[in-house]
Amino acid sequence: MSVGLEHYLIVSAALFSLGLLGVIMRRNLLVIYMSLELMLNAANLALVAFSRFNNNLDGQLMVFFIITVAAAEVAVGLALIVALYRKRQSAHVEDLVSMKL
Amino acid sequence: MTLEALPWLILFLPLLAAVAITLFFQKDEERSANFSIGAVWIGFALSAALLFFTAGKAPLETAVNWLDVGGLKADIGLRVDSLSLLMLLVVTGVGGLIHIYSRGYMHGDAGFSRFFASLSLFTFSMLGIVLANNLLMMFIFWELVGVSSYLLIGFWFEKPSAADAAKKAFLTNRIGDFGFLLGIILVWATLGSLHFGELETALKNNPQALGALATTAGLLLFCGAVGKSAQFPRHVGLPDAMEGPTPVSALIHAATMVAAGVFMLCRIFFILNVPGSMALEVIAWIGGFTALLAALMAVQQNDIKRILAYSTLSQLGYMVMAIGLTAPGAAMFHLTTHAFFKALLFLGAGSVIHTLHHEQDIWRMGGLKTKLPVTYLTFLIGTLALCGVWPLSGFYSKDSILAAAAEHNIALFILGVTVAALTTFYMARLFLVAFLGPAKSDAAEHAHESPSVMTVPLRLLAVPSAIAGFFGLEAFLEKFFHPAEAGHATSFLETIFAPFNHSPLAAFFGLFAVLLGGSCAFSLYWNATRDVLPEKIGLLSRAMRNRFYFDELYEWFIARIQEALATFTDAFDRWIVMGLVRLTHGSVELTGRALRLLQTGNLQTYTFLFAAGVVALLYFVLH
Repeated sequence: MSVGLEHYLIVSAALFSLGLLGVIMRRNLLVIYMSLELMLNAANLALVAFSRFNNNLDGQLMVFFIITVAAAEVAVGLALIVALYRKRQSAHVEDLVSMKL
Repeated sequence: MTLEALPWLILFLPLLAAVAITLFFQKDEERSANFSIGAVWIGFALSAALLFFTAGKAPLETAVNWLDVGGLKADIGLRVDSLSLLMLLVVTGVGGLIHIYSRGYMHGDAGFSRFFASLSLFTFSMLGIVLANNLLMMFIFWELVGVSSYLLIGFWFEKPSAADAAKKAFLTNRIGDFGFLLGIILVWATLGSLHFGELETALKNNPQALGALATTAGLLLFCGAVGKSAQFPRHVGLPDAMEGPTPVSALIHAATMVAAGVFMLCRIFFILNVPGSMALEVIAWIGGFTALLAALMAVQQNDIKRILAYSTLSQLGYMVMAIGLTAPGAAMFHLTTHAFFKALLFLGAGSVIHTLHHEQDIWRMGGLKTKLPVTYLTFLIGTLALCGVWPLSGFYSKDSILAAAAEHNIALFILGVTVAALTTFYMARLFLVAFLGPAKSDAAEHAHESPSVMTVPLRLLAVPSAIAGFFGLEAFLEKFFHPAEAGHATSFLETIFAPFNHSPLAAFFGLFAVLLGGSCAFSLYWNATRDVLPEKIGLLSRAMRNRFYFDELYEWFIARIQEALATFTDAFDRWIVMGLVRLTHGSVELTGRALRLLQTGNLQTYTFLFAAGVVALLYFVLH
């Protein structure tokens, strides 16, 4: 059995759903963050797969950009989480509701 | 240096002086006075040079483009012709003498430098009006003149009466200026230009260009003059403006600013004088009425400056009447001679007030003939000139107005002669009571002559007051307004007697009025220590003293009608406008409150809803 585009896409969709679930369900900010990364990489996988099967390098180019931006985003996001933790002594979303009136 | 640079220099030197004084020399009184006086005298010298170099040539125009928006093209442009040259010389010449005089009069005042800065600012604005070559620029300087006159009237702002007077003068001016602005817009909308030269050509080519709006445009523009030259019904501001220092009264409210209205009417005479326009008729009657009203008011005033102020009003009425009688040349002629002798009279009054320690009631003066010989003599010359005694300047200019009246409108002629008689009466009353007769107060007993920095300007002003009448001014102006019938040279003697030749009726009636007014005043006030006139004419005298209750009438008008209007608009604003506003903000707030319930503050709820939304969207899009 040869591995086709569908297989990649199914894996990608599964990863994406897992990530989304994690973002929605988990309470720890760090885990939510990891789940977010998972979603990003699911998208990356889909892009690379499309790129490979369509003989077009645009998708891979896009992936490089996403990885770069994701790295920068992680740096900022983790710093925010650390700062938040220092201030609140907690990284759980239940404790972070001060945006509510 | 080209000739074009001269008017710019004349215009901007006083501004430079004002800026320099305000920024650098506030503490240095000597230097600030020198700067201010220097700027205006250099202006005078340059104006004289301009007169010399441009004599017999076409008007000089120089302009810098300022605005060019769509159809509106506005220049900052200067126009030097006979009219503006004459005004330039009057403003810088008479103004210069008053500047020098102020140095003595304001000596020791805490705001000495500020005074000179304001004087220079005023001179700058006035020169701007004179030199402007388009209506927009004239309007800008028109407003500037209003501001600087506000600053000067309210110079002693710690006195409530002065602060009030400044406000009153500014507001009465503003009301007129509003009409002026409407007039300018109307002219621009119908003729498409603001430039005097272009307007004149446009109206010459097509006198009907303004169409049915000719009267409206003329009267709206006249509104500006009504405000500035204090014509009825906006005449109430000027006498109160006497709260300012006396040199200010002389400069602004006698010689220059109030003349701006008359000057402006002469400048735009071609707009007023189009066939089918009723504007001139109205202008003539308003001028005549103001002249009569103000002369009557002057008869029963006791404050020396107020008498002169009402007299100024009355003479301005004369000039406006002359314009209405299609004799702008006569109006400008009277404006010039009036600038000389009225400045002289005000400065003389200032000299008296100064030496009597700010006493302004003529019934507390008297016996000043020997104590103030220079002031006495120059004041006498000024009085005679104002009354129109032959051969002093006032006679000639008044005669040319009366001659115009005799020619065009016999009712206004009679009115003019009456005013002339009244003028002589109140001026003789002022002179007899204030200078002659016994001294009526301690201060008057011990009076002594003012310093020479004040008397020299008096002497210098007395000369043109006496001789300006037969100095060729009239011919100069005639040539400007009627270039077609260019004058024939006349001999000196012929000029002196000219009025008796070409309008004997006006000349003799004028002199008759002087005799009549003078003899009445003599019989009543020779050696008088109190005013006996109230006993003779009773109620009328009270009405005159109270200025015919115009101020009260205005007050009533404001208290009743304006107040009612204000209450109405207030209610409208409170209930209708604010109701609408409340409705809007109330409904928005209510919606907001409802929507706020959706905000849980839990990020994951939002994410879940967001994801659910995406799923729903995908479902609908893909199916």
